[in-house]
Amino acid sequence: MSDSTSSSSELFGYVAEFSSASDLYHAAEKIRDAGFRRWDVHTPYPVHGMDHAMGLGKSWLSAIVLIGGITGSSVALFLQFFTQVSLYPTVVQDKPINVFTLPAFFPVTFELTILLAAFATLFGLLGMITLPRWNHPLFNSSLFSKFSNDGFLMVIESRDPKFKREKTKELLEEIGAGKIEEVNY
Amino acid sequence: MADTKTANTAVHPTEAEGVVREPLVLNNRSLGWITERICGIVENRQPFIWWVLFVPSVMLFLCLVFSLVYLVSTGVGVWGMNQPVAWGWDIVNFVFWIGIGHAGTLISAILFLTRQKWRTSVNRASEAMTLIAVMCAGIFPGFHVGRFWMVWFLAPVPNSNAIWQNFKSPLLWDVFAVSTYFTVSVIFWYIGLIPDLATLRDRAKGIAKKLYGFFALGWRGGNRQWRHYEMAYLILAALSTPLVLSVHSVVSFDFATSVIPGWHTTIFPPYFVAGAIFGGFAMVLTLMLPVRKLYGLEDLITAKHIDNMAKIILLTGTIVGYAYIMELFISYYSANKFEGDAFHMRILSGPYTWAYYCMFFCNVIAPQVFWFHWARHNLWMVFIIVNFVNFGMWFERFVIIPTSLARDFLPGQWGYYSASWVEKLMFAGSFGMFFMLFLIFIRFLPVIAVSEVKGVLPESDPHYHDWKRLREKRRGAIK
Repeated sequence: MSDSTSSSSELFGYVAEFSSASDLYHAAEKIRDAGFRRWDVHTPYPVHGMDHAMGLGKSWLSAIVLIGGITGSSVALFLQFFTQVSLYPTVVQDKPINVFTLPAFFPVTFELTILLAAFATLFGLLGMITLPRWNHPLFNSSLFSKFSNDGFLMVIESRDPKFKREKTKELLEEIGAGKIEEVNY
Repeated sequence: MADTKTANTAVHPTEAEGVVREPLVLNNRSLGWITERICGIVENRQPFIWWVLFVPSVMLFLCLVFSLVYLVSTGVGVWGMNQPVAWGWDIVNFVFWIGIGHAGTLISAILFLTRQKWRTSVNRASEAMTLIAVMCAGIFPGFHVGRFWMVWFLAPVPNSNAIWQNFKSPLLWDVFAVSTYFTVSVIFWYIGLIPDLATLRDRAKGIAKKLYGFFALGWRGGNRQWRHYEMAYLILAALSTPLVLSVHSVVSFDFATSVIPGWHTTIFPPYFVAGAIFGGFAMVLTLMLPVRKLYGLEDLITAKHIDNMAKIILLTGTIVGYAYIMELFISYYSANKFEGDAFHMRILSGPYTWAYYCMFFCNVIAPQVFWFHWARHNLWMVFIIVNFVNFGMWFERFVIIPTSLARDFLPGQWGYYSASWVEKLMFAGSFGMFFMLFLIFIRFLPVIAVSEVKGVLPESDPHYHDWKRLREKRRGAIK
């Protein structure tokens, strides 16, 4: 399997440049159909429909956010009932100090739900995209830094079981890559 | 900055020929041009006028610091407030600044959910405006509590007095609403900034590269990152939308749940929210019109953007006008003596009627000019009208807050309130802080969301070139 990759343990993978979003999109479809797994496309903006072209499903970040939101409402309800009913009941404006005081607790419950859901979004996102990670082999590539300007890049990692040094390069050329650069660790 | 002009030939492929939408970015600008132009603002020397604005802003900000030091070291008596008017300019300014922030969240969240792609050119700056405005707002209630060093009592933390906050009070709801609003806005803004910080990182050298790189978190723009990123952005937009509506509603509860005639009205939450968006858009335009001119961003913030924002100002201004008139009608129709008298004094016989007419003219009459196409496309006209709105929205809060308090139930407790020099200096100083922070933002961060603007170009569509090829083939076949 790893006939050619074993000799190149230093190689991280290939960075290949495509001329436009359309070309990259079609190239991604072909790499997906060829069965690669450890590869990605790097673009200046999220390309619409690229998830489909890469064979990726829906992001399940929303599940983490839901958990965050539920935590937020529970914390808020606990905080309010515990302090207002049990610890320090304040009788103001003839409002009840039992479970029927719930309507007055709605705004804070809402706000804390949103707050913890937003934190879950931030930290869930960072967890799912494994950032912060300031050091990455791709930053060794001079071609790679074009992604943040106007480059449409495809990266195939040598760790991919289908990766073969010569064949993969040929495949990239075949599907329309312009410049191809080898990136080392 | 002399830009070349070319015909707008980049038509979105999914549009039928002949039915062409106005492009969001003019003159067929390329991805590289967008990067260069926006990052150039940060990388090049600032124009002289930046310093002309920055130095007075810092000086005004120092006035704020001085007045706060004077206030704390002397006591809240240096403000002009007393019974019956215990909420004066400080709370007026708080509501004013919080309201300004709402347009930023509306642009970033609600227009995102409604797929208004034109938002991409203005969302970054307006979100920054939101954060800065909320910071300015936070100063006022913080110092309004009297003993600023006790402000931590607002937070529900166990303390040695074993006292807990009253969660049934709208004032505590407000603490939660505003602090959540600020935090969520920061998260939203920062997540939006990450790809652009990576762009700046890849262009910068030396210490700037390290700093931008640190905050870009090592962003690599891979689709395996983008897909989660886009989901996060969508979720944050969905969270911020009800949040922004709740914040000014909760602010309005501070007044609406009390029994003061003139405050105790059910129309307050929608009326406050509409007013906040109205005033916020006016401030967005106040900031963006000069920025657009100064940094040559006419191709990115086009006449269409200004036209759209003027229309929103017209709509929300008219809603606000409806609320003003409905308030008057209800005070008559409710047959409540105190309510009726409060509004009678507000518009006819009271000591503050000048403020009411000032507000009514600036907020309801002046924006009606935006019914006309020429007014929405004449930048001076837009600039003048939005400044009327800025002015009028401050007066709206003034009309609501001190004038209701000055004359409540018993004539024996009536009074007149005017601000002391400390309050005036604080208000001026808060503008200094606002402009100072905004100018610092322009200096160090991309004022337009680079990656988002790139995404709305016609050629950013992955099928653009397929369509173009197909169209050319079809044309060839016809010939």
